[in-house]
Amino acid sequence: MEISHSVALNKDLCKGCTNCITYCPTEAIRVSKGKARIITDRCIDCGECIRRCPHHAKIALPDSMRDLEKFQFKVAIPAPTLYGQFDKRFSIDRILTGLKHLGFDEVFEVAKAAEYVSDRIIQELAKPDKPKPLISSSCPACVRLVQVKYPELLDNIIRVESPMEIAAQIVREKYKDIKDLGIFFISPCPAKITSVKAPLGHDSSTVDRVLSIKDIYLPLLEAMSSNTEIEHLASASGRGVSWAVRDGETEAVKPISYVAVDGINNVSKVLEKIADGRLDEIDYVEVMACPGGCVGGALTVENPYICKSIVTAKILDLPESVIEPDNLEKIRLDWDTKIEPRQIMKLSDDFGEAIEKIQKMQMIQQQLPGLDCSACGAPTCKALAEDIVRGKAEITYCVFVLRERIRKLTNSMMELQEKMPPPIDNN
Amino acid sequence: MSKISKHFEIAGDKIDSMGEASSEIKKLLKTLGLPAQAIKRTAVSMYEAEVNLVIHGGGGEGFVEISPETILIRFEDKGPGIPDIDLAMQEGYSTAPDHIREIGFGAGMGLPNIKKNSDELTINSVVGEGTTVTIKIDLTKG
Ligand SMILES: Nc1ncnc2c1ncn2[C@@H]1O[C@H](COP(=O)(O)OP(=O)(O)OP(=O)(O)O)[C@@H](O)[C@H]1O
Ligand code: SF4
Ligand SMILES: [Mg+2]
Repeated sequence: MEISHSVALNKDLCKGCTNCITYCPTEAIRVSKGKARIITDRCIDCGECIRRCPHHAKIALPDSMRDLEKFQFKVAIPAPTLYGQFDKRFSIDRILTGLKHLGFDEVFEVAKAAEYVSDRIIQELAKPDKPKPLISSSCPACVRLVQVKYPELLDNIIRVESPMEIAAQIVREKYKDIKDLGIFFISPCPAKITSVKAPLGHDSSTVDRVLSIKDIYLPLLEAMSSNTEIEHLASASGRGVSWAVRDGETEAVKPISYVAVDGINNVSKVLEKIADGRLDEIDYVEVMACPGGCVGGALTVENPYICKSIVTAKILDLPESVIEPDNLEKIRLDWDTKIEPRQIMKLSDDFGEAIEKIQKMQMIQQQLPGLDCSACGAPTCKALAEDIVRGKAEITYCVFVLRERIRKLTNSMMELQEKMPPPIDNN
Repeated sequence: MSKISKHFEIAGDKIDSMGEASSEIKKLLKTLGLPAQAIKRTAVSMYEAEVNLVIHGGGGEGFVEISPETILIRFEDKGPGIPDIDLAMQEGYSTAPDHIREIGFGAGMGLPNIKKNSDELTINSVVGEGTTVTIKIDLTKG
């Protein structure tokens, strides 16, 4: 399976430290020859490594602002997280007007689509034949985490389109007579960039380009300061904008019982519980890979907690619900393709062979010190053992094993030295 | 000799590590590339039995054997035993004390859940001596 990604490595900046490998939720990074390497089959584009790398060597691959020139009519669809990047002096209207000054002909708020998605989820939750709990599909990094680590939970994922895709479809429909229309999503994360390049639940994305909040931040700030007249453009509700923050989605959906969780490792733990059947009584689980929700996205600028406070304050001025809803007749609200498991953990297609490999792994693990020091370039001793049985590493990558072997070798050499034949030994 | 055997010592007083054995087996099954349904059935059955071993049996030992045809799970404890196994098997029957119910266990659904998810469930129990729960998951039926 060829998977398109939007997280990559800047080799020149990488120092070969082990920060990224220990935090990667799918153990998708190894360090070899002094540089990190992403195992693409395992990567879920959550951006955790971008956040963790102290040398800024992990980078995202968004499109460039220059791509604006490639389209005649450009529409920006900003994620609501953008509103929390600038403090209260910058109203949502001012931010949206700023986007137009940057060169966009129109703007359409993803937050507006988030409200339609909320309504659609409410309908899903009301259906009697659904597995419990239903898991939100709005964070693509979490959906991919289920694909690679919890394939048994794929049926629990709500098959509703993301606010980004629905916003893009509404724009496409609204301007269907315009040739050369370019729809630009303004993204808080690499996960959503990947969702455009390699979509989940449908064959191709309606979004044409993705810009990161990070890249657009300074140009937008500049565009906003030269604003003379602020247009009235904001039309999303508080219910939609709140999707930027953890709990926002749940509050918009109002399930009877729910768990809302943020941070990719916490998400893993909750998914684990669902897989054990311990959350069968819960209706809805909101999962967001980033700390605090999308406000903590790896491609944002403002601190997640401050961003949250700004978004929450801005919501107070908004209507609770959208006043003028769009026509959704021609909009695809649900996924139409299946989400397949990505079985990265599988050791072999042949069951007997897989069992043998596990036995071998257990034997190798007994020879390793169990310190999980990562000096070998793998996140844990167990991961190194797995790499060895997969033929991707040697046991001597472990510095402790290597030291032991060298000591043994040295001892044998010393022993031999003692036993040199007299004619050679001139001491 | 295509078989994996795993042994677990499960403490009766460590509520925070409860479920770790099941979790480890679940990860192992994924490396074997078993179908999602088989993993789920095994995970749910083993977790429920492991919890029972800790909560009712006061801890003990777990044995798991995986072969291409079956997964065999056995939990042994030296706890109080089950006086009436048929009664224990009934949905909603539980002797879990209040403080255990407070933390979300004791719905009396564990054993029925194992029954539903596994292909064979055998309980051997002697009051005052202990309980052995054996669970079989048939892998040949997918
Ligand atoms: N290992 C055991 N030792 C002693 N008694 C047990 C053991 N396993 C189960 N029981 C008895 O059987 C009853 C039913 O078990 P079951 O797992 O179905 O429900 P529960 O553990 O009480 O609640 P739940 O599993 O829903 O949290 C228990 O309440 C307990 O009395
Ligand atoms: S939580 Fe939001 S910002 Fe973070 S990866 Fe998921 S969708 Fe992207
Ligand atoms: Mg139980």
